[in-house]
Amino acid sequence: MINLWRSLRFTIVFAVLLGLLYPLLITGIGNLLFPWQAQGSMVVWRGRVVGSELIAQQTTVPWLFHPRPSAVDYAGNASGGSNLGPTNPALIAEIRRNLHVVERQNPGVTVSSIPTEMVESSGSGLDPDISIPDALIQLPRVARASGLSRSYLAGLIARYTQGRVLGIWGEPMVNVMRLNMAIVRRTGR
Amino acid sequence: MTVAGSIGIVAVIAVVLLLGIPLGGYLHRVFTGARSWFEPVFDPFERLLYKLVGVNQSVRMDWKAYLRALMLVNFMMMIFAYLIFRLQGMLPLNPDHIPGMSWDLAFNTAASFITNTNWQNYAGEQSMSYLGQTLAITYLQFTSAATGFVAAIAFVRGLTANRSDSIGNFWVDFIKIHTRVLLPLAIAFAVLLVGLGVPQTLLGAQTAHTLQGGTQIISRGPVASLEAIKQIGTNGGGFFNANSAHPFEDPTAFTSVLEMVAMGVISVALIAVFGKFVANRRQARVLYVFLTTILLVGAFVVYANEAAGNPLVHQALGIAGPNMEGKEWRFGPALSSVFVAMTTAFTTGAVSSMHDSLMPLSGLVPFLFMMFNLIFGGKGVGLLNIVMFLIITVFLSGLMVGRTPEIFGKKIEAREIKLATVAMLVHPFFILVPTAIAVATKAGTSSILNPGLHGFSEVLYAFTSAAANNGSAFAGLNGNTVFYNVSLGIVMLLGRYVSIIAMFAIAGSLAKKAVIPASAGTLKTDTFAFGAVFVAVFVIVGALTFFPALAIGPIGEQLQMLSRLAGH
Repeated sequence: MINLWRSLRFTIVFAVLLGLLYPLLITGIGNLLFPWQAQGSMVVWRGRVVGSELIAQQTTVPWLFHPRPSAVDYAGNASGGSNLGPTNPALIAEIRRNLHVVERQNPGVTVSSIPTEMVESSGSGLDPDISIPDALIQLPRVARASGLSRSYLAGLIARYTQGRVLGIWGEPMVNVMRLNMAIVRRTGR
Repeated sequence: MTVAGSIGIVAVIAVVLLLGIPLGGYLHRVFTGARSWFEPVFDPFERLLYKLVGVNQSVRMDWKAYLRALMLVNFMMMIFAYLIFRLQGMLPLNPDHIPGMSWDLAFNTAASFITNTNWQNYAGEQSMSYLGQTLAITYLQFTSAATGFVAAIAFVRGLTANRSDSIGNFWVDFIKIHTRVLLPLAIAFAVLLVGLGVPQTLLGAQTAHTLQGGTQIISRGPVASLEAIKQIGTNGGGFFNANSAHPFEDPTAFTSVLEMVAMGVISVALIAVFGKFVANRRQARVLYVFLTTILLVGAFVVYANEAAGNPLVHQALGIAGPNMEGKEWRFGPALSSVFVAMTTAFTTGAVSSMHDSLMPLSGLVPFLFMMFNLIFGGKGVGLLNIVMFLIITVFLSGLMVGRTPEIFGKKIEAREIKLATVAMLVHPFFILVPTAIAVATKAGTSSILNPGLHGFSEVLYAFTSAAANNGSAFAGLNGNTVFYNVSLGIVMLLGRYVSIIAMFAIAGSLAKKAVIPASAGTLKTDTFAFGAVFVAVFVIVGALTFFPALAIGPIGEQLQMLSRLAGH
């Protein structure tokens, strides 16, 4: 009986400590030190939140860079991958559809130059980054549709490219939201 | 495969070892009652907690008393979490108006988090209120890790005791692991994660007006505080459905490395703690060499297969490159692959890529690591499994060379062998029998997403993950049905507690025995020869029990894939 009573007391005391005080402490410190990150790295443009720098959003207009394919239609409140297995015919069909979209939107691109990450769906459905080859394939289209010069856009990609961490971890990449915000600011759309 | 990627994989594992081994020294001091530099902070805080909980520090417990307290408080916390999940719709801290869970989903989730499994049949951003995420999920992510940890410490005390009944005081151990290890680490890691981009807010979802004029609802919440203990406690249950693939849980390659280090260090440290308790550093070194080698091999098998990409895609569509389906570009193939190996070796179960979309032979690695369940293993229970297989190896080698089996100066007799065998056999039993039932029934097969052999793998993976208390998934399987909620819930509970009970019984009976000084006739367990036999024993046991199931699943799928390639 004494153990039962003690277990109950432990459950309540530690629920308050670990389940309430600890998260509140981190919320306090986090918002004090890093208020922007703590609220989700939201990007504000003309007084409105236009998205998060860390979350890919549905982008189909030709004058902006497009993120990687999403199995959840870029639902910011329902993340997930396709979970299609490697031998599932539905996987091939999905990649084929994505491939056709890339070919249609970027005329003149050769299939063998399209990297897999550009046509295979991300794990979260919200992958905010694209590879450099992916960005370069989209560059001519964005230049045409936005009226910005190719050299300006190439410079933009170079400026926002993030290399591997310490040269060994991750892949060279560019954040789509940063690229697109630069285009929006420049064109004033 | 790239040179940078390969170096990156080796570097991650090296960092885990370099930080984990010294941490072992600190943990050993905590559990032998040594004073720490922070005693002026820890001591009054612990005294307050002892008072609030009603703990008498001077009480010594035998294995039965220790186990009784452990089970009772686990049961109490599980009920508490169950009630939160059921009632969260009416409780505060619910800005996104999420309703309470059904009874079966609440049972599954409570069983999952109390057992350190963190299998999730719910999508966090859709079905868990902020109160559920903190007061139930984050809370149990501490205490379930602590439970496994103190179980291992108590077991090792029993192993090294000389004619004694006592294996320590459960309440003191259980409180100290929180105050001196988990809470300080979690606070530091959580603040760091916020700085690196992980949200920590009580504000509800943000509605964004996207650049092309649409709207997007962006879920967020108290993520960093959960994420920190999710990794440090080898829990793995994510705030969001996509887990560590979600940019809010794991925003950069650097945070991904930190998360892997966090999930590895304490399990690695426990081997050093074990070496210190048995006063034999060579024993720890032998285990480090073999387990690290297996972990590295596993990581590179995944990396080789993922980097080579899907040949069916190449053949059908003419594009070549790594398999990026279900992966995030900021991690790329290499970091995603080592994460697959580590999350199953350390039985964390967090995922930074979707395991269901792995190539067949890559998928084999997480299967094997969960089936072995001792490649370092989860918080505490990994060490218990290692010692269990050491006992079995000592017994088998003793039979072969005609010596009395003994381990660390304790005679291994019929009672210990029986108990170790029970602990060993429950694992395959709780995986294979429920899998067989699931694939033979409509209730089991109707949840499968992928056709063919891969669909079988989804079911096998679910029960393997549940029994190993891992929590990762071939997530195409729709687990939120009464059948899977209940069956997986039961398997998680049995997989956790049956082996803990059996191992405690072994500890109790070993503690009572006198320590026999080593002689010329003693079989040395700290040699590389013995280490090799140890590996052979768990690999053969694993291969024999699981091979038929693996042949139908990932191995069969690989052959299918090759024959489809050849057929064109």
